[in-house]
Amino acid sequence: MKIRSLILAVAAIAAGASSLVTTSAYAQAKEQFFPLLSYRTGPYAPNGVPWANGKQDYLKMVNARDGGINGVKLTYEECETGYATDRGVECYERLKSRPGVAVFDPQATGITFALTEKVPTDKVPLITLGYGLSVAQDGQAFKWNFPLMGSYWTGADILIQHIGKKEGGLDKLKGKKIALVYHDSPFGKEPIPLLQERARMHGFDLQLIPVTAPGVEQKSAWLQVRQTRPDFVLLWGWGVMNSTALKEAQATGYPRDKMYGVWWAGAEPDVKDVGEGAKGYNALALNTSGTQPKVIQDILKYVHDKGQGTGPKDEVGQVLYTRGVIIQMLSIEAVRRAQERFGKGKVMTGEQVRWGMENLALDQKRLDALGFGGVMRPLSTSCSDHMGSTAARVQTWNGSKWEFSSDFIQADEQILKPMIKAGADKYLADKKMTRRTAADCQS
Amino acid sequence: MLYRENGQFKTTYRADQQIFPILQDRVFIGLFLLFAFAVVPLLASDYLFRAILIPFLIISLAALGVNILVGYCGQISLGSGAFMAVGAYGAYNFFVRIPGMPLIPALILGGLCATAFGILFGLPSLRVKGLYLAVATLAAQFFSDWMFLRIKWFTNDSPSGSISVSNLQVFGLPIDSAVSKYLLCLSLLVVIALLAKNLVRGAIGREWMAIRDMDVAAAVIGIRPMYAKLSAFAVSSFIIGMAGALWAFVHLGSWEPAAFSVEFSFRLLFMVIIGGLGSILGGFLGAAFITILPIVLSQALPAITRLFGYEMGTAGVSHAELMIFGGLIVWFLIVEPHGLAKLWSIGKQKLRLWPFPH
Repeated sequence: MKIRSLILAVAAIAAGASSLVTTSAYAQAKEQFFPLLSYRTGPYAPNGVPWANGKQDYLKMVNARDGGINGVKLTYEECETGYATDRGVECYERLKSRPGVAVFDPQATGITFALTEKVPTDKVPLITLGYGLSVAQDGQAFKWNFPLMGSYWTGADILIQHIGKKEGGLDKLKGKKIALVYHDSPFGKEPIPLLQERARMHGFDLQLIPVTAPGVEQKSAWLQVRQTRPDFVLLWGWGVMNSTALKEAQATGYPRDKMYGVWWAGAEPDVKDVGEGAKGYNALALNTSGTQPKVIQDILKYVHDKGQGTGPKDEVGQVLYTRGVIIQMLSIEAVRRAQERFGKGKVMTGEQVRWGMENLALDQKRLDALGFGGVMRPLSTSCSDHMGSTAARVQTWNGSKWEFSSDFIQADEQILKPMIKAGADKYLADKKMTRRTAADCQS
Repeated sequence: MLYRENGQFKTTYRADQQIFPILQDRVFIGLFLLFAFAVVPLLASDYLFRAILIPFLIISLAALGVNILVGYCGQISLGSGAFMAVGAYGAYNFFVRIPGMPLIPALILGGLCATAFGILFGLPSLRVKGLYLAVATLAAQFFSDWMFLRIKWFTNDSPSGSISVSNLQVFGLPIDSAVSKYLLCLSLLVVIALLAKNLVRGAIGREWMAIRDMDVAAAVIGIRPMYAKLSAFAVSSFIIGMAGALWAFVHLGSWEPAAFSVEFSFRLLFMVIIGGLGSILGGFLGAAFITILPIVLSQALPAITRLFGYEMGTAGVSHAELMIFGGLIVWFLIVEPHGLAKLWSIGKQKLRLWPFPH
């Protein structure tokens, strides 16, 4: 009995060891490798899955349609993090030394924080589209972080501007009560400094109502909402927390059209189960959804029609799926931009991709050519601005689909800039580092 | 034939009381330490260090601490994650608030914070035991979650609640390469494991075990339950706190309370149960089983299914990993309820008789 189990154990260890050897022996030329950290299991899976599918499908499509980037084939490997920081770090360590590794997209705020400490030594850029560290917009302090298209500070700023406009001017917010119902983690807490700043400026009363992760239990939070009856509720949730919040709002009788979610609380999985109950609920939108854009048509044509799609075909083009496609497009465009400087048809190193990401210039014409016309706003990054674009729209759920209910709103530079500068300076001081020099910006 | 103690006579009490009375064991441990300190740093890859060895060493340390409380003293605790968190945040506060604070004293002070916290939450053990105590220690977990999320002072007023450390040094040597981190964790683990082993062999360890086996009988023969139980809580939470500080400082570098969630407490408890309650070795074996096996499975499963021409998706791997893992836990508990350490000692016993079993 015991001998048999010993033999089994030895066999298991041997199998594991051999797999470690095989996975580390990927030495192939002319291939740009995209590590894909994802979570297809756990409480955040409903939102993690379409996101991951979009990223993978875009890679497959570029390989099938264009044969890669200027002849450089694209490869990828997914690694399941389950949204847990330690698993994310393990995935990062596993994939970071693959040949041709381009860029990491950690897909979780906690993992982003941990990797921010690690990427400068490993020289791999970190793309955190619409999440991560807000102060990382300051590229002179955060050389390797790219919170492209928006951070939680810009998101919160846009929401306040939108609410102000609806009320007939930001000065009308005086004396109003705005509650922030947030996921009790760095992700949920990020917008607080900006909201406090805005509350001070306009004289509204900011209430902070935390919800313990993962957000299934929200009874006490909504009891607070019921007691204080805020004029508006900002929802900073992710995964199962969003649909639960909407159901609780329905049960509490809180009007859904007074609720505004961040862009991570404005996708199909958040409202689908609530259906009619979520009617009128608003959320920020970084991108459109639907299958009309050319890039989505291309994905359907080159990937799904050939039976190589990653997820179900009818989910192609959903909000988070499209966001995954955008993230992957920006990563690939960064590589393409780097190739323009460092040599077309070559495999770029992490450092070179970082330069490409810092010098992205995607105007409307380029976006149209890529098939992203109307999907997102033009974006251009620089050494001092690692975000590229701060605009977002507000969308409203009409009971069966999302509809845009505002124009593009730009986050207010006047407020953000000093806060980002101060935050980045504090970060640098804590780490005993200095700002990048002008020469470093050229490299 | 090789593993035989014939002819090894002990003529002094000292010789009789050493940790490894058999010469072969001493040689094996010596060679093993030499291998860990000298050979591994030369051979292992960056991935092996950062993703497997360093987490394994730190979690072994935590499991060692849990084993002292649960395995030796019989006080079931579900608050281990909280003790780790207190160690990590305590060390962080000493590290950033006192200018020029060296790393090792900061880690030790973090451990001492955890000790105080552990004694505080060990007080219910004087009245309740078994499952009831487990529930009481669960309170420590929720309390620490609440404390580190809400009280801004602990996180140095970090707006997002996530904190990070950098510029780690020990005696002027920077701790930033994988090898230096590995050696730091390994040295601390060896020192603490040696101390713990001697502690459980001594009078205090006997008191803990007496309390574990039957507290009323222990009290009758003159063991003070309060002293024994609280000292077990103190020693155990000191070690767990040190492990928590290392986990945060050395492994993650930047962390939030979710890094020490209740799930961590459960995993630590499973580790000592699978590794072997009441055995120092059990902590190491359990930590290896719980931390390394999922990683090995997640890499081996796609490779194995690829052999059969079937591409396994990430989600499939993740689910299969959980199922295999759960199955193995059940299987182990049925086949060997005393854990992996017992298997090891059975193996040693068989080797002593080999090749002429009777």
